[in-house]
Amino acid sequence: MYNFAYHRPSSVAEAAAALAAASEGKLLAGGMTLLPTMKQRLAQPSDLIDLGAIADMKGISTTGDGVRIGAMTTHASVASSAEVKAAIPALAHLAENIGDPQVRNRGTIGGSIANNDPAADYPAAVLALDATIQTNKRTIAADDFFTGMFETALEEGEIITAVSFPKPQKAAYAKFPNPASRYALVGVFVAQTASGVRVAVTGAAPCVFRASQIEQALAGNFSPSALDGLTIDSSGLNSDIHASPEYRAHLIGVMAKRAVAAAA
Amino acid sequence: MGAQGIGARVPRVEDQRFLTGRGRYTDDINRPHQTYAWILRSPHAHARIRSIDTSAAKSAPGVVAVFTGADMEVGSLPCGWQVTSKDGTPMKEPPHPPLARDYVRHVGDQVAVVIAETKAQARDAAELIEVDYEVLPAAVSIQAALAPDAPKVHQDLPDNVCYDWELGDKAKTEEAFANARHVVKLDIVQNRLIPNAIEPRAAVGDYDSGTGKYTLYTTSQNPHVIRLLMGAFVLNIPENKLRVVAPDVGGGFGSKIYHYAEEAIVTWAAGKVNRPVKWTAERSESFVADAHGRDHVTHAELAIDADGKFLGLRVSTLANMGAYLSTFAPSIPTYLYGPLMAGVYATPAIYVEVKAVFTHTTPVDAYRGAGRPEATYLLERIVTKAAKQLGIDEVELRRKNMVQPDMFPYQTPVLLQYDVGDYPGTMDAAVKAADWYGFAQRRKESEARGKLRGIGMSTYVEACGLAPSAVVGQLGARAGLYESANVRVHPTGSVSVYTGLHSHGQGHETVLAQIVHEYLGVPIENVTVVHGDTDDGQFGMGTYGSRSAPVGTAALVKALEKVVNKAKKIAAHLMEASEADIELKDGNFVIAGTDKSLPFAQVALAAYVPHNYPITELEPGLEGQAFYDPMNFSYPNGCHICEVEVDPETGKVDVVAMTSVDDVGRVLNPLIVEGQTHGGLTQGIGQALLEQCVFDEDGQLVTGSFMDYCMPRADDVPSYNSSTMAVMGASNPLQVKGVGESGTIGATPAVINAVLDALAPLGVEDIQMPASPHRVWQAIQAAKTPMAAE
Repeated sequence: MYNFAYHRPSSVAEAAAALAAASEGKLLAGGMTLLPTMKQRLAQPSDLIDLGAIADMKGISTTGDGVRIGAMTTHASVASSAEVKAAIPALAHLAENIGDPQVRNRGTIGGSIANNDPAADYPAAVLALDATIQTNKRTIAADDFFTGMFETALEEGEIITAVSFPKPQKAAYAKFPNPASRYALVGVFVAQTASGVRVAVTGAAPCVFRASQIEQALAGNFSPSALDGLTIDSSGLNSDIHASPEYRAHLIGVMAKRAVAAAA
Repeated sequence: MGAQGIGARVPRVEDQRFLTGRGRYTDDINRPHQTYAWILRSPHAHARIRSIDTSAAKSAPGVVAVFTGADMEVGSLPCGWQVTSKDGTPMKEPPHPPLARDYVRHVGDQVAVVIAETKAQARDAAELIEVDYEVLPAAVSIQAALAPDAPKVHQDLPDNVCYDWELGDKAKTEEAFANARHVVKLDIVQNRLIPNAIEPRAAVGDYDSGTGKYTLYTTSQNPHVIRLLMGAFVLNIPENKLRVVAPDVGGGFGSKIYHYAEEAIVTWAAGKVNRPVKWTAERSESFVADAHGRDHVTHAELAIDADGKFLGLRVSTLANMGAYLSTFAPSIPTYLYGPLMAGVYATPAIYVEVKAVFTHTTPVDAYRGAGRPEATYLLERIVTKAAKQLGIDEVELRRKNMVQPDMFPYQTPVLLQYDVGDYPGTMDAAVKAADWYGFAQRRKESEARGKLRGIGMSTYVEACGLAPSAVVGQLGARAGLYESANVRVHPTGSVSVYTGLHSHGQGHETVLAQIVHEYLGVPIENVTVVHGDTDDGQFGMGTYGSRSAPVGTAALVKALEKVVNKAKKIAAHLMEASEADIELKDGNFVIAGTDKSLPFAQVALAAYVPHNYPITELEPGLEGQAFYDPMNFSYPNGCHICEVEVDPETGKVDVVAMTSVDDVGRVLNPLIVEGQTHGGLTQGIGQALLEQCVFDEDGQLVTGSFMDYCMPRADDVPSYNSSTMAVMGASNPLQVKGVGESGTIGATPAVINAVLDALAPLGVEDIQMPASPHRVWQAIQAAKTPMAAE
């Protein structure tokens, strides 16, 4: 790890100011990706702005149509939240199966979606549930947020403060984990929402995406059998030692069916 | 004896310190005025070093010194075993400098070392070293290295072949095939594994300019061997000026047997800078710089007669040595592999040929099981395949061909003489424990849940207890493989045992104390086992190859017998009885047929306070030392049965049941035997389903972290149904056979046989390890797709 200046602001405004003042500043949420990267000397931020002391960024509250989760809320908090379990049990279930206990007690929802790892779980939930990302500057619709591999719509100096999830009629997440990393080799989040069926796929491509083919198939008949015979195109899907594009395409279909079957 | 002696279920005495964070590992050791080393490693699999500019690094903050291969003019890291090729020529043994000279030959090869006041300063400075590499094409796989125009791993070795070795009677084997009714053929790949002990390697070098003595603290399974190899061959330091300490070590699995470059570098550098030098591997370094395991490509054929009797086996293997010969690398795919090809079977003719190949990859050496898992895997795969091909019940095919209990001692056609065993007995016990013949019902239940269920079996026999020195000497070993022990009884009757073994998870401190308790009656709380320090105890060859129980305890028993014999003489004197009438029972010397007794501790005291003592006949003191060189290997054997469920939609394999019945001889501590078995089975399942070292075609390690290298986790394995059988008669005093490796030997083929059994209804006939979900799914797809029209 290279040297860096460490900041621990107590408000979002202070954090934004520290970030603006830094030459190569990085926000530290749970640090589950950033810290290992720094240890391997693959990242060299001049300043690390630790968001851990900002009380406003933590916690879960019930809103009129769903739940609002502070950006610095840990996966373990989401997994055990009575509010989340009541409103969107699929989201609690997803959080319960991220990483391992250490990761779940350090990693945060804001850190996860800001990083937008192609195989992370949360982006699938955010996209499928049509969540809204709140930042210190604006609100961003999920459909506009995830723009590419490790890329988001966040602008320089922009800090995620919370994510709001509307309550779906039904939802579920089915993940087929990478045997080694336990990230999603393919993860499919299906949701029946006010605006129709939304299906988001993570792990399979460079960035989380909506599977419109599956959404259309489920629109009229939200049941596993609606997906019988569906063939997913493998072009553009990831290829690595753990899975070929064809296998990932196949798993999208399998996981989608299982998610629909499990949706509650 | 009772609650603490041989066979007692004694919790490990080590656990208190290990589980409460009180262990003392190499990285816990810090010496006054210590410096830190960072090793600059090659980013290329193959390159010529045109030049190295260390000037900026040398003037960086905190830097004490920077050394390259040009500075470190020392001996080559030695190889401990010489294999001879078919044509009588010795294996090719290219030099292995601790710091590279002229060429780098694998990613992670050591190029330079920076010594600085802090580790961070050393690492910062290492980034300032400018190495001008001429990057060259790399020969990464065995096949690539054997191609006609392959890049050369060593410049004076045109074909990259280390040796081309054979074992067995080729003509007789050919004749067996000529007479065969059936020939079963199998091609397999032994996937390359990365050991990943929980504790990364570390080394601290220290030099005392007052006495001229060097000390190396290191993560080793055999500190005495490291002292011998490094002192005599690399740094030219006599034993009396070199102390090697291997303190608590967090797992080895073979990977900490070898003498590594970093040990020589820190010891040598400590002398150069006249300050202690500490190096601790990062986990990423462990992946590229610890010796890897397995990595074979094999074609095997089994000849069978009309009655299902095995007539002959021929095996042709290509084995990857990596870029350099690690300490025991040449012996693994030869003498720890070929002689195991008989397995539990009375196959009359066997021929094995092995070509060992250098590649631009990390060196390959022994990994838990070491040669024996590789042999057992191909044998048990081909036997199961034969049963399916011939339509014979595989239990009965095995039984028909087994060495029967009345055939011992049994001379195999491949060097070994099995001393004792009951192979049908262990198999029958496993068949019963696993309810083998009730499988159909369980398969039906799985099918009802949409799962494919399969059952697979493996038998095995392994050669442990390394080793009769004269035998291995004839086979090319450059060391003896005896063991030694010293039992020192202290004046009040407590005991220190000095052993040449090294405990890095095996629980020696418990088991050796149990044996002392068995012989002397001293409670194990009053027995301390001292190991791991060449200045404090016995010379010995260390711990690997399941040798501690068969060889190490034999030395201990011999030493204890010397103590008992002397103590009896003292007791006879004190009790005014004839020595012949004295017995040592439950910690008391008694005169046979009387109620007179004398506690062991009083006899010990008399030995050290010899006021009333047979001083004209006996020296004071009570201590016994012994060396033991085994007469034969020991032959643990057994039968493992695995059941899997395969999700046909995803290809995911779940091991739902694993039964093991192992004949390990006398069980010294069942708790430790179970732990060894469970750990071994888990590693065996890991190789079968999860673990795979992958390099890309440039020689970069793709599986360079746990993100891509899949270690088995608790939820990957079932609760084990393991038990032991003890067929007595092993040729060592306690009749123990060894248990350190059996899990990795028997489990792997049982798992793959089960996977293939599950997939058989879909038409899948073969799969390579690891049987990952992706591979299983691909195999299912391939079986579904009709062969393309010719």
